[in-house]
Amino acid sequence: MPTTTYAGSAVPVDDEGFFTDPARWTEPMAEQIAKEAGIDTLTDRHWIVIRFMREQYAAKGTGPTVRVLGKTSGVSVKELYQLFPKGPAKTAAKIAGIPKPRGCI
Amino acid sequence: MGKHIVILGGGTAGTMTANRLCRTYDDRRECRITVVDQDDDHLYQPGLLFVPFGLAQPDHLVRPRPRQLDAAVDYKQARIERVDLDARTVHLAGGIRLPYDVLVVATGARLLPEETEGLTGPGWGEKVFTFYDLPGAVGLHEALERFEGGRLVIDVADLPLKCPVAPLEFAFLTDWYLQRRGIRDRVELTYATPLDAAFTKPVAAKALGGLLKEKGVELVTEFTLGEVDGERGRLVSYDEREVPFDLAVVVPLHGGAEYVERSEGLGDELGFVPVDPHTLQLPGHPAVFAIGDAAGLPASKAGSVAHFEGEVLVHNIGRHLAGQPLDASFDGHANCFVETGFHKALLIDFNYDTEPLPGHFPGPLGLPLLKESHASHLGKLAFEWLYWHSLLPGRELPGIGSAMPEHGKNRASA
Repeated sequence: MPTTTYAGSAVPVDDEGFFTDPARWTEPMAEQIAKEAGIDTLTDRHWIVIRFMREQYAAKGTGPTVRVLGKTSGVSVKELYQLFPKGPAKTAAKIAGIPKPRGCI
Repeated sequence: MGKHIVILGGGTAGTMTANRLCRTYDDRRECRITVVDQDDDHLYQPGLLFVPFGLAQPDHLVRPRPRQLDAAVDYKQARIERVDLDARTVHLAGGIRLPYDVLVVATGARLLPEETEGLTGPGWGEKVFTFYDLPGAVGLHEALERFEGGRLVIDVADLPLKCPVAPLEFAFLTDWYLQRRGIRDRVELTYATPLDAAFTKPVAAKALGGLLKEKGVELVTEFTLGEVDGERGRLVSYDEREVPFDLAVVVPLHGGAEYVERSEGLGDELGFVPVDPHTLQLPGHPAVFAIGDAAGLPASKAGSVAHFEGEVLVHNIGRHLAGQPLDASFDGHANCFVETGFHKALLIDFNYDTEPLPGHFPGPLGLPLLKESHASHLGKLAFEWLYWHSLLPGRELPGIGSAMPEHGKNRASA
């Protein structure tokens, strides 16, 4: 399994760079992951979403979809796309150190 | 005094469950079964795909709900107000209360076109349609007959959706229909999806994406529909990409039934019931189960899933009533014929853990998987008879069980 080094620690990730062990994530890692995803600065609004992703993962075992985020995180879908332009659910999951959200079909 | 099983919803899942339960509990003193639905029309939903192309007649797709139910079932036509989980009671319109010992939520999924900006605005019913309900499919038939060329886009607004292969089938059949009319070269066909490929998971995405390419359908991926601008004829995604159209076929957002949202503790954010994916029981409420499209599961919303779930559900209701632990045996099994036009179809078979793979179903000598064949097209057509006469009455299909078959699948291609 590949590893990536964030904030001085090597962490296991999947082929697409998502954490496979969310317990290894720390807040200082988020800024670096965000920069790699093209987001220069994490604002308070970003952090609302990041923390929400982690809470949802802890409660449900998977990160929420964009639609569920828009309904429940307190940040609208439109703003989610402004904060995380390349796909909010996936980008926020990556920054929040949780596995890729499992979508249903 | 017998137990009272209340089933909310008289569609595919609710009807099959009621009839299966009647076979299991033939003594009404032991168990009473009530089915509630707000209207009397049971729609054969797989037929909606064919209506826009004039391949199915709308009035042939609808039959009375009570006539599909075993005579021993009490059928109530009423609006469901809410479920009180603590009091184990369903509240119906007119102040009627229905206490239950076991509750099965089978009220399916609801289309929410009004939740997408502009979708029901200018152009709705004129050049913007859905075929996911009967009036929409009929309107689209008329629009397709008038269509003489231009940009035709098929768009899935977001997940989850009923029958995730139907929009792809619609694209394949549109190619066939336009060729038959001799105007295919005058039409730019586009398929837009919020997924990152034509379908989920690599093997099926490659096979189905390959078919789109073969038929000259442009694929636009990761397109989550933010706005429909009917006046200017364009779909706009949340990340501000645009797909222009002269005729748009949109699969709207889906949610669970309204009463689920009004019932404290019953539904999730989208109005689906978050039951255990293997037992179908609502955590914290052992007397409550959900089946079919109403269930908030990471499975396909397709009739076949409801059928396979039914086997596990009826078994688990029996175990619950007997005070025994439930069987956690539902594996997410789904099975769909995908119509591809020109009298061909392909079959896919998958579950929670196994993506649609090539091979044969239900075993090595069966129908080909993920590969077009005339036999699968005949299977798709034969399915309607099977639906009314075998599946809805709650009969088992010989050789096709709830658990996804492993033999016959070619895992080397994964």
